[in-house]
Amino acid sequence: MDGIEALPSRAGIYHYDEYDREFVHGRVEQFRGQVARRLTGELSEEEFRPLRLMNGLYLQVHAYMLRVAIPYGVLSSAQLRQLAHIARIFDRGYGHFTTRQNIQYNWPALKTAPDILAALAAVDMHAIQTSGNCIRNVTTDEYVGASPDEVADPRVYAEILRQWSTLHPEFSFLPRKFKIAITGATHDRAAVKIHDIGIIVKKNEAGEIGFEILAGGGLGRTPLIAVTVREWLPEADLLGYMEAILRVYNAQAERANIYRARIKILVQSLGRERFIAAVEQEFAAIPKDKFRLDPAVVAGIQARFPQPAFLTLPDNPPGLAAQKLENPDFAAWVDRNTHRHKVKGYVSAVISLKPPGGVPGDATDAQMEAVAELADRHSFGEIRVTHIQNLVLAHIRQDELFTLWQGLKAQGLATPNNGLVTDIIACPGLDYCALANARSIPVAQRIAERFKSLERQHEIGEIFINISGCINACGHHHVGHIGILGVDKKGTEFYQITLGGSATNDAVVGDLTGPAFGYDEIAGAIETIITVYLGLRQPGERFIETYRRVGLAPFKEALYAAA
Amino acid sequence: MPLLENGHIKADSWVRAGDADTLPESAPAILSLARLRRDWDSLSARNAPLGVLLPSDTKPEDVAPYLGRLALVAIEFPKFRDGRGFTIARTLRERLGYQGEIRAVGHFIPDQYVFLLRTGFTTAEIPEGANPAHWAEALTEFKTAYQPAITDDQPFSGLHRHMAVAPKTGG
Amino acid sequence: MAKERSPTAPFVITANRLDDGRAVWFGAGAHWSEKIAEAQILRGEGLDQALALAQQAEKRQEIVGAYAVDIAESPAGFEPVRRKEQIRAHGPSIL
Repeated sequence: MDGIEALPSRAGIYHYDEYDREFVHGRVEQFRGQVARRLTGELSEEEFRPLRLMNGLYLQVHAYMLRVAIPYGVLSSAQLRQLAHIARIFDRGYGHFTTRQNIQYNWPALKTAPDILAALAAVDMHAIQTSGNCIRNVTTDEYVGASPDEVADPRVYAEILRQWSTLHPEFSFLPRKFKIAITGATHDRAAVKIHDIGIIVKKNEAGEIGFEILAGGGLGRTPLIAVTVREWLPEADLLGYMEAILRVYNAQAERANIYRARIKILVQSLGRERFIAAVEQEFAAIPKDKFRLDPAVVAGIQARFPQPAFLTLPDNPPGLAAQKLENPDFAAWVDRNTHRHKVKGYVSAVISLKPPGGVPGDATDAQMEAVAELADRHSFGEIRVTHIQNLVLAHIRQDELFTLWQGLKAQGLATPNNGLVTDIIACPGLDYCALANARSIPVAQRIAERFKSLERQHEIGEIFINISGCINACGHHHVGHIGILGVDKKGTEFYQITLGGSATNDAVVGDLTGPAFGYDEIAGAIETIITVYLGLRQPGERFIETYRRVGLAPFKEALYAAA
Repeated sequence: MPLLENGHIKADSWVRAGDADTLPESAPAILSLARLRRDWDSLSARNAPLGVLLPSDTKPEDVAPYLGRLALVAIEFPKFRDGRGFTIARTLRERLGYQGEIRAVGHFIPDQYVFLLRTGFTTAEIPEGANPAHWAEALTEFKTAYQPAITDDQPFSGLHRHMAVAPKTGG
Repeated sequence: MAKERSPTAPFVITANRLDDGRAVWFGAGAHWSEKIAEAQILRGEGLDQALALAQQAEKRQEIVGAYAVDIAESPAGFEPVRRKEQIRAHGPSIL
């Protein structure tokens, strides 16, 4: 095994120490043993299934599927190169980035899965707890450490939660999966309100860090928005409070019915007040010294995140304006795919994985290698995965933006559609997933095809279309501005539409328009919706704003007008 | 059924007594919580050790009044996917200060053995014909853990190792 | 899936190969093939026999999760009735 600095990198990822490495390598060996016992039959499929799920390995329609954890969506270039290598050697040359900031491979074999995990461990990565009834990847927003609206960088807390939740002896066999999201910015880009636990990092008047804790959010069959259980939780109490919530959940949730086993159902059936009382009672009984998050521990973990060495640079360097003038394509990309940075002279860039005709969220091994190279040259070797299935290079010098864009363009990664109608979020659906009722990828492709004109996309402006192939809602359709849910009616694919959902601070579940549409009708139905919007909007109104003003009625009328 | 303690098979002197059975005179006996409640007056005078068998949906506070007199608490795992037993054991240790034997019975697998020990179980009843070596091996798979255990072998959890690192001054 | 299937309705059996997860189809001589074209068309009581053989294959750690797939026959051959199994047979339908 290499020494401590096996992966020298400036990237803003948590740098493993020997303890972390020993853990992740131990896990690989444990899994190797479990696979061997499965292949000889010593473990039955029923016994093996939860063990393989806890290492992110599903059995799907065509093959196994491996979901690799990308903790809070941040990667180093070395890690991204290894993901490319794994795609090349163990899979079919591509990977799929998910709505929980992870990556999925669609064609791994069980017999070589331990080798894949070993390849991941070599770059301090793993697939631990990316499935199963345990605590999953803690997700956050893609502009951590970069956005001007950030109150505090949540990565240190996300890492603390990751370590605390990894192979937790009490909470590894929960009633159902458990998802946590954390945001440190005033604009919630992490969708905390649709998670089992949502955490908002805050500062009080004395400048001390604390958290607002929410619980009971979730999508699926019963979509619910999380409720606030604590307005202010001091930093030192974070882990103790998490233990209290998880304990109440583990002990009291309905295990018999999988559709009622998430914490959102428990919050709903107890009611907010009784749920809070149960949590506070548990919390009061927790031995504080054992679970107190000491400031020295926070500082120690924070110290393992390198900070970028930003230079002192001016905003809007003169060359940039000229480059935009000379290259309208570049200008269009800058306008759409960049995000303001808290440091002068820098900007964050969105790498769209929604090219025309492509599969939303997919990247080839060559593209992953190219992004790793560009990250090394332009962004301190750091890459982020967004939960709308794109990538972000967070710290780009404005005077290097053009060079970056040229590098992206060469790999088909410069589609200037961030947040536009063709930036569709879609789960793998029936083409890959054993749980699905309907296809989602070809539906996304057909919709994108209809709106392929860039001019039209700009005319429409910001809009989020989310597609889920089944009620498990991995495409987060409930909170899309336009949500599409695939259903199975007597063996035929149909699609329900919801409108007006939102995943951010004003989180809300969309409204069902009415009867579902067939596979051949759904793209046309979406076009109808957009047409209605364009006809009704006031100057500068985004889709979601128009919808809130005019309501469902005009859309419903247009969709179901007699043919 | 074979009884495991710290990865080794151990002789078991406990007997299980059903709600209608006559209690053995001097053998340590495990009863249901219902019987314990029902017969508490006569039982508390009993000389031989007393144990209770808890189903996985037991509220720990329901057994709290009897803990002082119980040498053993057995917790049932109806299915290995039902992880409520871990919470019950931990609550008995941490909140209620129980120091007697906690035994896991029912359905669980070697890969859960470390979790049992770290949440406060002392012994585990493993299936007839099971190979104790597999269970012992499970204990050696990880030398590291991020969370504190009930047992005091690791005064600091994995997370607390970061306290040894002095934060850099001057940012 | 308790479904009433007529005694003459044709079906095939599918499963996943254990070691690499590939979708496979039960063919002549109890051979599990990756090609649906090599699947044996069964009817009626053939189901019980086939599932028994599948169970044995599962016990030998060859396959997991065998189940019956309804097919529609035509002069050209046969196709699974449901979209899900059509995709299983022919691969992802991406445009």
